[in-house]
Amino acid sequence: MTEPLLKVRGLKIGATIYPPGEKPRDIEIVHGVDFELEAGKVLGLIGESGAGKSTIGLAAMAYGRGGVELTGGEVWVNGRDILKSGLRDVRKLRGAEVTYVSQSAAASFNPAKKILEQVIEAAIFQNKFSKKDAEARAIALFAKLGLPDPESIGNRYPHQVSGGQLQRCMTALALCPEPDLVVFDEPTTALDVTTQIDVLAAIKEAIRDTGVAALYITHDLAVVAQVSDHIMVLQQGAMVEYGAVDQIINNPQEAYTQALVSVRSIKHIEKDPTDTPVLRVENITARYRGTDFDVLKKINVELHPGQTLAIVGESGSGKSTLARVITGLLPPSDGQIVFDGRKLTPDLATRPLNDLRELQMIYQMADTAMNPRQTVGTIIGRPLEFYFGLKGKAKQRRIQELLDEIELGEGFQDRYPAELSGGQKQRVCIARALAANPKLIICDEVTSALDPLVADGILKLLLSLQKREDVAYLFITHDLATVKAIADSIAVMFQGEVVRYGPKSEVLAPPFDAYTDLLLSSVPEMKLGWLEEVIEHRRMESAGN
Amino acid sequence: MKNIPVAALIGLFFTAAYFLMALFAPLIAPYGMSEIVGDVWEPSSSQFLLGTDSIGRDLLTRLIYGGRTTIFIATAATILSFTLGSVLGFFAAVSGGWVDQTISRFVDLIMSIPSLIFALVVLSVMPTTTTILIILMGLLDSTRVYRLARAVAVDITVMDYVEAARLRGEKIGWIIFRETLPNALSPLVAEMGLRFIFAVLFISTLSFLGLGVQPPLADWGGIVKENKEGINYGIQAALYPAYAIATLCISINLVADWVLNRTTSLKGGRG
Repeated sequence: MTEPLLKVRGLKIGATIYPPGEKPRDIEIVHGVDFELEAGKVLGLIGESGAGKSTIGLAAMAYGRGGVELTGGEVWVNGRDILKSGLRDVRKLRGAEVTYVSQSAAASFNPAKKILEQVIEAAIFQNKFSKKDAEARAIALFAKLGLPDPESIGNRYPHQVSGGQLQRCMTALALCPEPDLVVFDEPTTALDVTTQIDVLAAIKEAIRDTGVAALYITHDLAVVAQVSDHIMVLQQGAMVEYGAVDQIINNPQEAYTQALVSVRSIKHIEKDPTDTPVLRVENITARYRGTDFDVLKKINVELHPGQTLAIVGESGSGKSTLARVITGLLPPSDGQIVFDGRKLTPDLATRPLNDLRELQMIYQMADTAMNPRQTVGTIIGRPLEFYFGLKGKAKQRRIQELLDEIELGEGFQDRYPAELSGGQKQRVCIARALAANPKLIICDEVTSALDPLVADGILKLLLSLQKREDVAYLFITHDLATVKAIADSIAVMFQGEVVRYGPKSEVLAPPFDAYTDLLLSSVPEMKLGWLEEVIEHRRMESAGN
Repeated sequence: MKNIPVAALIGLFFTAAYFLMALFAPLIAPYGMSEIVGDVWEPSSSQFLLGTDSIGRDLLTRLIYGGRTTIFIATAATILSFTLGSVLGFFAAVSGGWVDQTISRFVDLIMSIPSLIFALVVLSVMPTTTTILIILMGLLDSTRVYRLARAVAVDITVMDYVEAARLRGEKIGWIIFRETLPNALSPLVAEMGLRFIFAVLFISTLSFLGLGVQPPLADWGGIVKENKEGINYGIQAALYPAYAIATLCISINLVADWVLNRTTSLKGGRG
């Protein structure tokens, strides 16, 4: 049997943490991981944030990011242990034998240099190609990755191409020096779902054609299933399960893997609309000050009490702007908002307190939505005090009730946000919104910053709270799986317009308009060969036209 | 209060020593403030630890009383500049729009005039009393504090939690004092140490030029002025207040650095 390209044995990775008010201490974040990867194969690393996926991926380049140290074990690349070789040898390895594609291409490219210059830099630095050959190779890669104008796109600056194109440029950058192994670190996570599918297809094709091996790191099992041969499931720095894609997806052995596979299995039966909607958005047109471009064009939607209206669309479609108009942060240039039978004034400053109380908001980033210097008790207690004048014991009791409702229990009142996990933070934000006894809560991408299992918990909580408190949700999201799970009615937005609107069962049933079809078919499904099917289907359609 | 770094301990020790000295000056000083007790510029002896000054007063006594005046004026001016500067700065940042523009442009106008010249002009018209000095220095310095406070607060007011407070319907007072201030504290505390030092230097400069604290009241800048002729004869009297100013500056900054470190790491809050 030939030696595998990458062999990892008992890899241990440690870091030093600095807890407030205590002495710094060393912790272990990866506890002895073993795996191997043969030339030309793709291994998917999957797990939630903090599972150590990226750390393990970077260890394949003998690199520890931000004070992370590789404390034990062996990493063999092409028959030598790179943890034991000196910095000089490691430098020969990086950018030549092993290359890296990061999550955010926008943050990784130097904005002051042209793309082509950066793409060929490593290949020239490592003396793999002459400048001329490297450029020719880069252009060939641009073409293979489906970038428009492969001849000239390299002469643009990073800000002159779109996010999806830049991510493909980064893949070209990684493939340019003809490496043996590429580490893909969440390459499509920051992209819209319709862009993701193209990038995914391009990456997959490039991997196949160049015969390179890859470590593909992601938290999205459906994505990794499309590109990998094997999958390794990680949890808190240890391997949970390792197997071929087919086995992991269709026959997971471990409980944790089963949970990952079956996530988003919430069933929600849509409710019928009532007579009087709690929120009516009438003919809303809005633009930002100083621009002459309408971000929202004649939006008309309705939301009924105790129900959920999902606003779906890509980034830039105007979803969040609609929320800003409803909350009064951005007065519309035309149209009106009718809330609970009365017309809302366009500007926040002129709204009566009761209107403000009945319309609450939950944000995407729970980190920045809570004042880091206030305790959970203060954060939840303030609306109680502010709207209802609760004080002392009565306030304490109500705070505890709310904490129980969000399933956090005792002992959280005196904690600061920094002492909570991501899911707990979002729960506190929900409690803060609930404290006001609202009729409507606007949820702006509330689960998109969370891991799938945690997000699932939040969605279930929101649904059960809706049942108990009869509160309506305006749910803004780009994630169609979330929409299927909780919506009663759906509005699909595209470039500032509602292109499709109605009850969930109608919106998600054919016949589709072109955009909704594109959006729906782009959501990765957890089955083998899904990517090929979709690409093939689209190719045939465009050939038919 | 455990784990105080050595540098901060040294800083704390000297700062505390200077402030205690200022507070208990009449108890510590061996002679009266303007009492002539010896010959002109006597060298140090067991009777006069640092010697005597240009008209035969005990120099150590003058330094202790001078420190009292200097530290008092600098402290009062710093407190005034911080209260005024940061409240105005936060108010401008939270309000935005024309309120912000009006205050900011007015502050720019004041800042465009060199502060020493501005002070000299004002003091040549106004009577030179301690109160006037404090108010003048406080107002001039508040423009610098305003700039910093506004810059820090502008970053904070775009955070989601401030938006959440606005959506809740909170008044501007809550947004300034409960949402913004706690998160802006660290840079402000660091700046406060620095500003205090500048105030010490400023009052010393004014006194040296004869427009600050008036004799027979002592202050460090004044002592330098009174004894500067002595330097020609190799007499160190003018240098002692300079040493005092230098050590006070350094020790205050050591403390400010430590406070900054502590508050930034607190519960992972922003810096």
